[in-house]
Amino acid sequence: MPDLSRLNPAKPFLPWVLLALGIAAPFALSAYDLNLLARFMAMGILALGLVLIWGHGGILSLGQGVFFGLGGYAIALHMKLADLPQGEIPDFMVWSGRESLPFWWEPFASPAFTIAAILIVPTLVGALFSWAVFHRRVGGTYFALITQALALAFSTLIISRQDVTGGFNGLTDFYSIFGIGLASPGTGSMLYWVTLAILCAAFVGLRWLLASRFGILLRAARDGENRVRFLGYSPTPFKVVAFAIAAMLAGISGALFTLHAGVVSPALIGVVPSIEMVVWVAIGGRYSLAGAIVGALLVNLARDAVSSAFPELWLYLMGALFIFVVTLLPRGLAGLIKGKAA
Amino acid sequence: MDALFLNQLFNGASLASLYLLAALGLALSFGLMRVINMAHGEMLMLGGYLAWMTLLVVPGALGIVLAIPVAFIGAAAMGGLIQSTLIRRLSARPLDTLLATWGVSLILQQAARDLFGAIGVEVRAPDWLTGSFMIAGVTLPSARLFIILIAALVLGGLALLLLKTRIGLLVRAVNQDRMMASAVGIDVKRVDFTVFCLGSGVAGLAGVMLALLGPVTPNVGQSYIIPAFLVVVMGGLGSIVGTTASAIILGLFAALAQIFVDVSVAQMLLLVFVILFIQVRPQGVIAVKSRQLDA
Repeated sequence: MPDLSRLNPAKPFLPWVLLALGIAAPFALSAYDLNLLARFMAMGILALGLVLIWGHGGILSLGQGVFFGLGGYAIALHMKLADLPQGEIPDFMVWSGRESLPFWWEPFASPAFTIAAILIVPTLVGALFSWAVFHRRVGGTYFALITQALALAFSTLIISRQDVTGGFNGLTDFYSIFGIGLASPGTGSMLYWVTLAILCAAFVGLRWLLASRFGILLRAARDGENRVRFLGYSPTPFKVVAFAIAAMLAGISGALFTLHAGVVSPALIGVVPSIEMVVWVAIGGRYSLAGAIVGALLVNLARDAVSSAFPELWLYLMGALFIFVVTLLPRGLAGLIKGKAA
Repeated sequence: MDALFLNQLFNGASLASLYLLAALGLALSFGLMRVINMAHGEMLMLGGYLAWMTLLVVPGALGIVLAIPVAFIGAAAMGGLIQSTLIRRLSARPLDTLLATWGVSLILQQAARDLFGAIGVEVRAPDWLTGSFMIAGVTLPSARLFIILIAALVLGGLALLLLKTRIGLLVRAVNQDRMMASAVGIDVKRVDFTVFCLGSGVAGLAGVMLALLGPVTPNVGQSYIIPAFLVVVMGGLGSIVGTTASAIILGLFAALAQIFVDVSVAQMLLLVFVILFIQVRPQGVIAVKSRQLDA
């Protein structure tokens, strides 16, 4: 295997080009296209987390949709409650025959609680889940299979609890966030800037993390877990922290996506979407942060273009992309650009 | 004991048989090659559609008997194709194999949707499989009894093959120590290929069983394959006994949990159970003793 452990210090221009494009976008794009771009950028935040765990940690998660969903549903609960007159419950609950709000919905009326939940719940779930598996030294393929079972269980649970989760249709029809009307002029571009800022912060933070001792040990654990143990480190905390950070990023990504898309539903977070998230990063380049963002944007743009015209073609295309990238281009597009020097 | 409990116990046994048939191939090739074929669920689907097509050509009681070898051979051929064109190239990259074979799975599902329609096709089971027996107030549908019987036969056949034949000897040798087996002149690639075809064939056979229970749809494999993955996780590396034991445990667990909770919660509990199980025995139900550190 070639030396992939170093971050590429040369040619740091790609992130700057992306940033310049990101800043220029609101002045060049229509409101509709800007909203679409903001959605894809929100997904880019999740993709960054996958670079951390999969590219640098060797941990393949086929269940990132779960954390994406936790963030997305958290903000959706808040927006559902915020739009309601005092004492009423969301319409889908009335249709399902419920008369009162479930107790775990109630705290989401508070904006502060909601933001805390978006940040903490996915992180905590990710940390506990990954610790339970990693501390018994179960990893690799086993871990990937367990995360897939998690994605299945989570999405099935949401679908079956129609009366409190909105079921298969998910939650939609949001009108305001933290007192700001979603339809009012300027909100779209403001949310875009927020997303861009969070994406940049995540990028810079992860770049720093990957270059730190933490990053070095994470890569060491990826390449030789037992050797790291012989050197006196326990790899488990490194892997758990990395997984928790990726889960947090996925949660933030889900919350922002829900804001932009105006909907969160099991169709966005189940087994198939969770694996699609991996293909963004596989195509962009699993070792490269900038590559992952580009991958998330490109795959979703392509999906948008192809699936609106030929829905059945998209699955063939995605299947072929998986096979092609993994067999012939394991370092993704980033590997093409950086050539052998990376 | 009440009838509901006994009923679920019986359902659990037939569920366990399906898990076992779906997981055997996965476990065998995972033991040998350390790779999981994510398109394995589509071997079930393929088996189901092949059974349906066989019954179109040969209707009646003979059809279902004929469908079993047809599905076995068809799925084995498809498995062999996937192994020789894709999985062999990705050797030593287990996680990439997972992703590439997931791509295959997507393509096969969509192909089935285009060829046979998204709604699925119905296999009419022959009369001797549609009835049921009543024993001590418990209804035992013949189709489910048939499934348990077939699973037991497959398991017995596989055990004979592994323990009594030359092929089985080679498989066990590669399973124990791949490098050493290769060094003494065993063609490990051929062993890999054979085992992969065999495992896919067994999955195809499981597909025939699924067709007896309900309609064959493009994603029929998906609902059984994820529990089958959990069976592999819990079973222990490449051990047939371990795989069988964990299939039985998980099948019974899933069915019995449904006495108290609905299907979706049972699914969540199944996962929680597996995670709790690996807290106690991370090496699986049966661990093959080895001095290798990175097994």
